[in-house]
Amino acid sequence: MTFNWDLVWSSFGPIIGGAVTGTIPLTLASFAIGLALALLVALLRLSPNRLLSAVARFYVSVIRGTPLLVQLFVIFYGLPSLGVKLEPWPSAIIAFSLNVGGYAAEVIRAAILSVPKGQWEAGHTIGMSRPQTLVRIILPQAARVSVPPLSNTFISLVKDTSLASLILVTELFRNAQQIAAFSQEFMILYLESALVYWVICLVLSTGQSALERRLDRYVAH
Amino acid sequence: MSPTEPSNAPQGNSGLVLSARDLAKAFGSNVVLRGIDIDVRRGQVVALIGPSGSGKTTVLRSLNGLEVPDAGTVTFGDADAGTVRGSGAGLTLDFAGPVGKREIAALRDRSAMVFQHYNLFPHMTVLKNIIEGPLQVQKRPRAEVVEEAERLLARVGLADKRDAYPFELSGGQQQRVGIVRALALKPQLLLFDEPTSALDPELVGEVLGVIKELADEGWTMVIVTHELAFARQVADEVIFMDGGVVVERGPAAEVLREPREERTKQFVKRLQHDV
Repeated sequence: MTFNWDLVWSSFGPIIGGAVTGTIPLTLASFAIGLALALLVALLRLSPNRLLSAVARFYVSVIRGTPLLVQLFVIFYGLPSLGVKLEPWPSAIIAFSLNVGGYAAEVIRAAILSVPKGQWEAGHTIGMSRPQTLVRIILPQAARVSVPPLSNTFISLVKDTSLASLILVTELFRNAQQIAAFSQEFMILYLESALVYWVICLVLSTGQSALERRLDRYVAH
Repeated sequence: MSPTEPSNAPQGNSGLVLSARDLAKAFGSNVVLRGIDIDVRRGQVVALIGPSGSGKTTVLRSLNGLEVPDAGTVTFGDADAGTVRGSGAGLTLDFAGPVGKREIAALRDRSAMVFQHYNLFPHMTVLKNIIEGPLQVQKRPRAEVVEEAERLLARVGLADKRDAYPFELSGGQQQRVGIVRALALKPQLLLFDEPTSALDPELVGEVLGVIKELADEGWTMVIVTHELAFARQVADEVIFMDGGVVVERGPAAEVLREPREERTKQFVKRLQHDV
């Protein structure tokens, strides 16, 4: 068997195309929505209201206690039996956002709790309300603490979006699968897709380091 | 909340910035305040001293709403006490009933706290630390606030640290910024919670020097401190607390030099031995 170099080069196009039009927008949209959701859930979890806190805890428990693939299938294949039919893209974005929301909520909660109580008090003593103190004093400090763990969540998400191929979203891995099925060159196609995922994650890791350095500018080294 | 006149208020309380009555507070089963009264007149410096656990810090924090007493009242200023901030009107909080956010906010409006551990905002430069409250809370014009901040920084000898981050400063410098942050709010009353306790001994002097200057300028202050020599120097009145009650109070020289109560004698003696 000769190595099929033509296929290697010709298949990079659709694979990278799938990353640009599928994997990357899916990751960005899900992460943005998921992060907003996570902040809300973290605040509910920290709320003195026991009911709100319990709701948040239940949500996090369900998300972390069930496989992402099952969550994805419940939304795409399960909901239609309740009369809710969603297209592949919205299904994927909802599933991944909910998933990020659950994991990142715990990260954000821990980060908020890591800011010393004296910072809240200093905010109050200059006249700030709780929400004002949270936004201007606490969250900027919590953000710095949560960059490394949230970067992990983000990088995991990039790879997890490959699961969307199973609900017919056209993204990096689904393109690779289709070419592989057609050409029967499974090794080449799957290694190629692995390589593209890896490169994306390398770029993100570099971005993470840069962000950490930027946010570290006010901390003693 | 209806304004109430403290039952034992001095007649014609003009010049009275703060008057607290019967402050009581327990943390669970641990009773820390058992009915504390404090009066502070305009320009007066009151030093709260006492062993740790005596409740002196809780009293101070209650005056700023960082601690909410279980009972008692805090009354702020009569109309003409307003050295500064717009609302000169009196304010009384009665902690026996429920106290809302708005009342606590009004209380905080009138005083500013300097913390033992400075509690500067680490993600903001020195200047931003100082102008945050005046700008975000008091909504004063930026140019005025920045100019004021720079003037105050120069006064405490930190003009060149305007754009530094707190971690780049020594403890003494950080505390001086903490004091400027409080001053920039133009409060009626300055509260100091053991302002030099976290400092290396050689840095204590620069901070006490600044506080002394403020006292000389006529700022009204309540200071929780272990520095008895300093208290004697700047305080008009010294209040010695122990076990959640005021054991003795009076002019600084009297209380610190010739205490009447046995507990005060022991405390003063012990602390002076330490020094």
